[in-house]
Order: sequence, then C-alpha cells, then structure tokens
Amino acid sequence: MVGKLLRIGVLALQGDFAEHIAMLRQLGVEAVEVRLAEQLASLDGLIMPGGESTTFGKLATDFGLIEPLREFGRQKPIWGTCAGAIFLSKDAHRPQPLLGLMDITVERNAFGRQVASFEVDLDVPALKAVSDEDLPFHAIFIRAPLIESVGEGVEVLARLEDGRIVAAQQGRLLATSFHPELTGDPRFHQYFLRLVDNPT
Amino acid sequence: MEQQVATFTVKKGLAQMLKGGVIMDVVTPEHARIAEDAGAVAVMALERVPADIRAYGGVARMSDPELILKIMDAVTIPVMAKCRIGHFVEAQILEAIGVDYIDESEVLTPADEQHHINKHLFKVPFVCGARNLGEALRRIGEGAAMIRTKGEAGTGDVVEAVRHARAVLGEIRRLQNMPEEEVMAFAKEIGAPYELVMETRSLGRLPVVNFAAGGIATPADAALMMQLGMDGVFVGSGIFKSGNPAKRAAAIVKAVTHYNDPYILAEVSRNLGEPMVGRQISSIPEAELIAGRGW
Repeated sequence: MVGKLLRIGVLALQGDFAEHIAMLRQLGVEAVEVRLAEQLASLDGLIMPGGESTTFGKLATDFGLIEPLREFGRQKPIWGTCAGAIFLSKDAHRPQPLLGLMDITVERNAFGRQVASFEVDLDVPALKAVSDEDLPFHAIFIRAPLIESVGEGVEVLARLEDGRIVAAQQGRLLATSFHPELTGDPRFHQYFLRLVDNPT
Repeated sequence: MEQQVATFTVKKGLAQMLKGGVIMDVVTPEHARIAEDAGAVAVMALERVPADIRAYGGVARMSDPELILKIMDAVTIPVMAKCRIGHFVEAQILEAIGVDYIDESEVLTPADEQHHINKHLFKVPFVCGARNLGEALRRIGEGAAMIRTKGEAGTGDVVEAVRHARAVLGEIRRLQNMPEEEVMAFAKEIGAPYELVMETRSLGRLPVVNFAAGGIATPADAALMMQLGMDGVFVGSGIFKSGNPAKRAAAIVKAVTHYNDPYILAEVSRNLGEPMVGRQISSIPEAELIAGRGW
C-alpha cells in the first residue's frame, strides 16, 4: 500500500461500524461513515458491518441507498460481515431488501438463537496472501448466518469443520459470516484492502 | 478447533451488533412485527409496557413464557425479556425458552433487596440498568454484558435518562483525567471493582455497550441521547402508547441513525400524531419512582 491513501467507507446505518473504522485506522487508511448515497462518492471500497440486516434494508430503502450501493458494488470492492454479508447476498429465504450483488444464498440465524453463538479457529488459506505466518483465524459467530450455497465464480474462503461455508469471495466482493472486526487480528481487513488496491 | 459458546466475547458481541439501533417494548406478536418492519434491532417481550405497569400497580413479574415464545416466533430479530432484580429462577426460565438477552430490570418488582443475579452463571447475556458509573461497573462485575441508563420508565419524560447518561459519561471523563494514584480511592468512593475501573479508564468508555432507556418518547429524545454519547436506545411505552406506533417507531429508528443531522431529524419528526401522554417525573411521589430499585 504505497502511494495514495485509500479511502474506505463503512456503512453506518446501524451496527458495529465503529469497530471496523478503528481497525481500518489502525491499518493506516482513511475510514469514513456512510449513511447517505452522496457519501459513496470518492470511496475506494466499502465495508458493511454486523448488525441487523432487516434494519439495514429498511433504512437503505427509505434513504434511497439501494440502487447507489448496487452501482457502487458493480465497480468497487464491498465486504460484508454477518448482517453485511446477508445484505450483499442475492437470497436470504425471506422477503427483505437485499442488494443481490453477490451470487450466494444465505441462511439467517443458521446456528439458532444467541445462546448458540460461538467462537472457533478457522483455516483460511487465502490469508497467506497478506501474512507469512500460517496461523488459524479466530472467528466470532454471533447469531450468525451461513453461506448455504455459492454460484459459479464464487470462491469459498473458509468452512467450518463440518464443511459448511462461512467465508466467500466473488471477484471484488467478500462475505464473512463472522466478525473479524471484533478480534485484534487485522488479516481479513488487510485482505480486503488488497482487493481495493489491486482491483481484479 | 473446539467451538466455545457463551464466552463474554459473544455475550457482549451481540450488544455490539445492536449499536446505533432501537430496541422496542412489545406486548403482542403483532406489535413485534410492527417493530421489526419499522427497523427495530431487537424487541423486548412484555405483558405490559412500563406505563401500564405503573397504572396497574401490584407486583410486576416476568411475563408468561407462552407470550414470549409467540413473540420469538413472530420475528427474526433478537428477542429480549425481563426478569425481576435478583430473581435468578425467572432468569433460568427465560434462558430455558431461548431468549437472546435478559433484562434484569427495575421496572419489575425486585425479588431481592440486596443482591442482583450472578450473571456469570448463565449462557444467555444480560443487560442491566444503571444511574451512575459505580452501579454500571458493579453490574458488569456480576456479569452484565450490556448496560442501559435506568431513566424513569413509563413516564415519557427523558430527564432521568439524561441525568444518568451524564452521570456515567461525566464520571468516566473525571476518571480519565485523574492521576493513577487516585484511582483506588475513586473505585472505593463509587463502590466499583478496581480492575473494571482501570479498564474503563484506559478505554475511555464502559467495557460493554451502553444504551439509553427510560422516558424516551420522540425522535428528538432518541437523537439527544445519541448526541450525549449513548450507543443506542430502548423505547418502552413511547411507541405503542402513542397515536401512530408504526410511524413513530420508524421515525425513531431513522433519528438514531441520523442523530447528528438536524434536517433529517426535522423531516422524520413531522406529522407523527400524538406522542404518549407522559407524566412529569417531578410530579410523581418519591415512593412511586422505580430508578431507585437496584443497589
């Protein structure tokens, strides 16, 4: 990341956007909150945080953000964590506003209610692109969705031990069921910044 | 690759996902759907909203699990429910039916006048009310994974929520500005665990998410609490005791997202119909106030 300073937006309609912003700033990039369509201008990439996907959908619809976000995603990288991944998907098995940018089908609250929320170490081979150390990624799942199926051209980045998909990438689009922003581990954010800096 | 459940990280993590959002009191599955459609991040399932608890009098207890289960079936967002302060069996029952968060709440009649629940023993996370930093850190010490101001529930008067928010945030500012050798005496003065006081000092905020609650009735009230520095808001009687609940609910959700934009706040505040009637707190006899419950 030499050269120009990257400017990354974090969708700030609701959710843990402050945690993403803190992580981005720690990595030395400019991070800005996005609540309105005009704030998407001049961004190099966008993160959609954890939160409630139904709330994102309602607010994005009422403030005219759905089409501008789709347009943004056709040109620039977007990463969705948890609710953000649901919002990025094309199908969540229920009628709620989705961006439909990424060819993945998600199952909301796939592990059950809050008492089933968990932490686990995941193997994420793709992170070798940003780190020489081959360490597992400690993943935090909170009322998390699963990526039930992926379409053609979508690469699976991580699975649970039983094979279920929890991270995927489709070109410039990235989806994780879990919350790298809640860990101290910056590798997923670095991986996303690499996508922003080297558009595929 | 062992999975760990019910860690403090996942307990406080759910509250982190609720930030910037509105948690609404609902008494029926229909209310719960209205709340979800309006953009609520969670609902609090209750038999009676606080304004009705005040009017009804008598002993206020945990709601019927049947009602809570029906509300859990009606929505996909998290469902919270209240148990009485110190009533750990009500909490066990709420955990058994699978609620996503328990509010150990002063709005219900306390079951123990000395001790709160040992919340570390539960897999389900707890939110507790606080009027000041000492109270907040004592609750966190007992295992609470989220804090809210107590305010004065069921009044529609925001003054106590403001008082409690300013108390907590003001004490944190004071704590950050004192030399380290004064911290132990400060911890003693506010009656809080020293380690949590030190953690709060280094973070510059509570170690868990901190919502506003108790008396919030309008979009402006909600935005006021956000501008003061709260992470989100609970709205109890303010929505379903108003003239047009669906519209008011959606307006409060928008106000919490755009809390710093007076033009949007003006727009969403228009034509909301009658707010809840409200009771000025200064007109309520001391014995009827509920924020003083809890220790």
